[in-house]
Amino acid sequence: MTDGVAPAMFGPKSAARWVGAVSGAVLPVMAVVAAIVAIWYGGSVMMNRAWTLDQIERRGLEMTTMEIVADTMNQERPVLPTPHQVFNELWDTTVGEPIMRERRGELQGNPRNLFFHAYHTLWPTILGFAIGSFLGILLAVGIVHSRAMDMSVMPWAIASQTIPILAIAPIIVVVVSNLPALNNAVDQGWISDDTKLLVPKALISSYLSFFPVVVGMVAGLRSPNASDLDLMRTYSASRGQTFWKLRLPASVPFLFTSFKVSIAAALVGTIVAELPTGARFGLGARLLTGSYYGQTIQIWSALFMAAICAAALVILLGALERVVLKRMGVRT
Amino acid sequence: MKAVAFPQWGLPALGAGLVALAAVSDTRLALMLAVWFGAWALNAALANRARGAGARLAVPVIFGVTLLVLWEMAVQLYDISFVILPAPSAIWARMIAETATLWADFQQTILKGALAGYIIGCGAAFLAALAVDRSGFLQRGLLPVGNFIAALPIVGTAPIFVMWFGFGWQSKSAVVVAMVFFPMLVNCVQGMKASDAMQRDLMRTYAASYGQTLLKLRLPTALPFIFNGLKICTTLALIGAIVAEFFGSPTVGMGFRIKIEMGRLAMDMVWAEIAVAALAGSLFYGLVALIETRLTFWHPSQRR
Repeated sequence: MTDGVAPAMFGPKSAARWVGAVSGAVLPVMAVVAAIVAIWYGGSVMMNRAWTLDQIERRGLEMTTMEIVADTMNQERPVLPTPHQVFNELWDTTVGEPIMRERRGELQGNPRNLFFHAYHTLWPTILGFAIGSFLGILLAVGIVHSRAMDMSVMPWAIASQTIPILAIAPIIVVVVSNLPALNNAVDQGWISDDTKLLVPKALISSYLSFFPVVVGMVAGLRSPNASDLDLMRTYSASRGQTFWKLRLPASVPFLFTSFKVSIAAALVGTIVAELPTGARFGLGARLLTGSYYGQTIQIWSALFMAAICAAALVILLGALERVVLKRMGVRT
Repeated sequence: MKAVAFPQWGLPALGAGLVALAAVSDTRLALMLAVWFGAWALNAALANRARGAGARLAVPVIFGVTLLVLWEMAVQLYDISFVILPAPSAIWARMIAETATLWADFQQTILKGALAGYIIGCGAAFLAALAVDRSGFLQRGLLPVGNFIAALPIVGTAPIFVMWFGFGWQSKSAVVVAMVFFPMLVNCVQGMKASDAMQRDLMRTYAASYGQTLLKLRLPTALPFIFNGLKICTTLALIGAIVAEFFGSPTVGMGFRIKIEMGRLAMDMVWAEIAVAALAGSLFYGLVALIETRLTFWHPSQRR
C-alpha cells in the first residue's frame, strides 16, 4: 500500500487503530472462542471414549492412544459430537443439498435442507416479533399517558413474565388450532393449512417478545428530562405534540435495545412451540426428530442453525438501528 | 393538528354508549363490557385520587380480579368448549381435588430440578466471574461471547442433557445450569466493573488488599447487577426444568403432567399445573426481589 489508494484504511494512523481494535476486542473474543472449542474437543474425547473402548474390547482390537483419540472424534452417533462433525453436518445439509426438490410433479422445499427448516422457524418468529412489538409499543404509550393503566397493567405485565410461558406452549398450540374461527377460515380457503400452523407459533413468540418492548419503551418515553418537558409546556404544546416531537424520538434508542432482546426471545419461543406439537418442519422439529433417533450430530447442527439465525436477526436490527439513529442525527 | 380537549366525563360516556350499543345486539357482550368499564372507572378514580400503599395494592388487584371475572363470564355465557378454555372455577376445583398430585409434581420439578440447577448454575457463574475479574483480557473476550450465548435458544439443549443424564431430575438441573449460567455470568462480570476508579483509588490509599477491596467495595457495588441476573434466572430456571421434562421424565413432574393430561384432553388439570407454575414463578421472583431490597437499600434504584 505505497500508492496511498486507501490511506484511511492503511495509513500509519489507521494501523494503530487496527491494532487497537484487534487487541481491544477481537483478540480477546477469539481467545475465548478458541478456549471454548478446545474445551469442547476435550469433552468429546472424554465422553465418547467409553464407547470406543467398549468396541475395542468386544472386537479384540489393539489400538494406540492416538487412534483411540482419533476414533472418539469421528463416531457416527457420538455422545458429544466434535465441532468439525457439527460443521460438516451444517455444510452438508445447507450447501450440499438442493433447496428445492421435485415431488409428485411439484417443486417443493427440500426437508433435507436445513435452510428449509430455518425458513419455517423464521417466519413465525418475525410475525410474532412484529405483533409483540406493536402491542408492546401500544401498551407502553398507554402506560405513560394514563396513571390508572400504569398502576393496574404494569404489575401484571411483570407477573406475566414470571409464568413459564414456554411450559404453556403445548396448550396454546392445541387451543389455537381448535379455534372455530381459524378452522372456518381454512375451510373457506382464506388461509392455507401451512398458515394455520404458523399462528400458534407466532402467538407464543409474540407473548415472549412484548415484554422487553414494554419495559424499554416505557423507560424511553419517560427519558426526556424535566427541562425538556418544561420547554414543550412553554411552547404550549399539546400532549399529542409533546408525544410526537419529544417523547417518541427520545425513545428510539431504548426501543432498538429492547428489539434486540425481544427478537432473540421470539426465536426461542418459536422453537419451543414446535417441540410439543409434533411439527414436521422447523428447527424445533429437527431437534425433536434428532432426539427420537439419537442423532446427536443433527441436534447440534439444528442448535447451531438456531444460533446463526439469532445472530443474523440481532445483527440486522443493529444495522437498522445505526441507519435510523444516523438519519435522526443521534451521535453515538 | 389542533389538540381536542377531552372532557372529564368523556371516557365514562363512551363506555356507557358502547354498553348500550352492545345491549341492542348481544346482551352477553353488554354484560361483559359493563363489568369491564365499571371496574375500569373504579380503577381510574382510585389511581387519580387516592395516594399511598393501599391504592397501589388495590388497583392491580382489582384489575386482576376483573380479568378473572371476565374469563369466567366469557366461558359461562358463550359456552366455550372445555378443551379450548376451562373456566377459572373449574380449574380451582381441580386444584383442590388434586392437591397431592400437584404437590408431588411441584417437589419434583421446582424443588429438585429447578432449584438445584438454579443454585449450581448461578453459583458457578458467580465464581467464574470472580475468576475472570482478575484478567481484563478475559473480561473483554467473555462479555461479547457471553452476551451472544445468553441470547441463544439454550433450552434446545434439553434433549441432549436428557440423553446424557437420564430421565431423573438431574438432567433437568443440568438444563437449568446451562440456561442460567451465561445470563448470570454476564451480569456478574458487568457488576464487578461497576465501582468507579475514584472509589478503587481510595481503597488503594487505605492500602486495602484485594480481598478487602472485593468484600467492602466491589461486591456491594456489584449487587444490583448480580440481583438483576438472579431475577432473570428465576424464570429461566422454571422454564428449563419444565420444558426438559417434555423430553423424558419419571412419571411425576409438572412438564410430564402437562404432556400427559394434554393427551387425555384434561385441560383443567393442565391449567391447574400452569397456575401452580405461575404462582411458584411469581413467589420465587418476589423472594429474590425481597432479598434485593434488603441488601441494596442504599442504591438509587430502590428509592421511593
